[in-house]
Amino acid sequence: MTDTVLTDQVSAYLKRRARWSPLEIAFWVFAFATIWLFPGKYLILKDTAILALFALSLDLILGYAGIISLGQAAFFGSAGYFAGLVAKYGVITEPILALIAAGFVAAALGFVTSFLVLRGSDLTRLMVTLGVALMLGEVANRYSNITGGADGLQGVDIEPILGRFRFDLYGHNGYVYCLIVLFICFVIARRVVYSPFGLSLRSVKGNPLRASAIGIPVKWRMVAIYTFSAGIAGIAGALLTQTTAFCSLDVFSLDRSADLLLVLIIGGTGYLYGGLIGAVIYKFLQDWVANLTPQYWQFWIGLVLVTIVLIGRDRMQGWIASARATIENLGARMVARPAKLAAPDGK
Amino acid sequence: MPILQTTGLEKRFGGIVATSDVNLAVEKGARHALIGPNGAGKTTFINLLTGVLKPSAGRIVLEGRDITDTSPHERVRLGMARTFQINQLFPDLTPLESVGLVVSERLGSGADWWRIVGTKSAVTDEIVEIIERFRLTDVMLERVAVLPYGKQRLLEIALAFACRPQVLLLDEPAAGVPEAERHELLATIAALPAEVTVLLIEHDMDLVFSFADRISVLVNGALFVDGAPEDVARDPRVKAVYLGEDVDG
Repeated sequence: MTDTVLTDQVSAYLKRRARWSPLEIAFWVFAFATIWLFPGKYLILKDTAILALFALSLDLILGYAGIISLGQAAFFGSAGYFAGLVAKYGVITEPILALIAAGFVAAALGFVTSFLVLRGSDLTRLMVTLGVALMLGEVANRYSNITGGADGLQGVDIEPILGRFRFDLYGHNGYVYCLIVLFICFVIARRVVYSPFGLSLRSVKGNPLRASAIGIPVKWRMVAIYTFSAGIAGIAGALLTQTTAFCSLDVFSLDRSADLLLVLIIGGTGYLYGGLIGAVIYKFLQDWVANLTPQYWQFWIGLVLVTIVLIGRDRMQGWIASARATIENLGARMVARPAKLAAPDGK
Repeated sequence: MPILQTTGLEKRFGGIVATSDVNLAVEKGARHALIGPNGAGKTTFINLLTGVLKPSAGRIVLEGRDITDTSPHERVRLGMARTFQINQLFPDLTPLESVGLVVSERLGSGADWWRIVGTKSAVTDEIVEIIERFRLTDVMLERVAVLPYGKQRLLEIALAFACRPQVLLLDEPAAGVPEAERHELLATIAALPAEVTVLLIEHDMDLVFSFADRISVLVNGALFVDGAPEDVARDPRVKAVYLGEDVDG
């Protein structure tokens, strides 16, 4: 007979991995509080939310399955144009439905191209993913009668969300919409990475040889997460089109895919918040530096990146971990204190 | 009928013949050892059995089923699991998570993407059983990368065992384990359930002769001698080629 105490411990431990920590809850409370805290900043907040969602898609494959990519823009862009076209021609007018459909289109594209990406090493993957994005960008350029080519897709008219919430000029509804979509996608992604499937991905990343030697179909797990990641990237792209009522060829650009790597370098990978935190830092740094030196802002971004890499993310994560421990200690003490006060009553 | 059988198994790398016409039969429930001097082709042979390498010629039959053309992960499902000479673990997971991974996979929930790990009692029960059998209880929540080598070696076997194989291939399980941790490892290997067939690839003659009920000797990629331990130990050709060489080297 197996030890039931141990069984309970094991089960509790495994489930505890997936529990929301107070820090996470605080993160999201703050994220939603920004709706009221920074009413003048909706545009940059909205761009940040979209970038965060887009970076989340890369973290899913890079941080969890070890698949590096320079071509997430392929899915971002395709879904962006899809969302623009269905709105322009009135195929799907309700934004949420269009968003979901765009996600599926991007996922389908991800599924098809995943088989190219599975082969080879990191370097081949970088090249193949980059190549796919470049090709799609050129296709969009070639069929300018449909996509608007270099002028971008004009005349996109986005209907109110659920027929009620119009995308207003201040970007309030647009930001709330993006934030809610980001949150929902995050919750889904979080659930996935804490599932047995998510655990098997980490094994595929950690040691593909052993993963297949314990019966894990490594290839299919990678196809699955790549497809899922493409869908998330697509939703980010569709959000951009819907909130700007516009889509141009730069959705496919290398810059977009490369930005994601920068975001994840800043924020770190493999814990889901890297893309979110990285996006916030990156966007606000960009905004702040661009205000100081509108022409040479990229110099300062470059300097920050070099510094980050030189200091080393491990060391910085060490600082973050100790900061987190301090906060959690404080939290625990604050919770513990009333209990101590209550104790004398029991005498 | 043998549970695992190879017929005319051959592997060539260019002009080099690494495995040459090997006909090996492993009986159900056997403790079968495969020995041979360095470079005899033991690792190539294991890689052929597990599907990491494709043979140039010959067939592999597991429980009456031809598995020559199946992929490594399919062979695991069909009942054959292996350990590695050099640890192949998941350094960032805990032993608990590692074993859980294997058990989930085998019970068919490895692809579940909408259920939290640890919520299926069939899985957790079995995880506990394996963790206890391999004496990993006290370290089950530590990162695998920081475990003592002997514990890592136990986990190496636990992961293969958790696949519930009919045939378990142990590739030099005791290699590099310090003397102090060795006893625990050998005791665990000796306590493997009798119904599990074990094919042991080993250098360590003490372990081979204390454990095996049948020994096959591989030399230059070919099966040289095959028999009961007493016969193999007495065989003058083995003494000359293998044991003799071992003493000299």
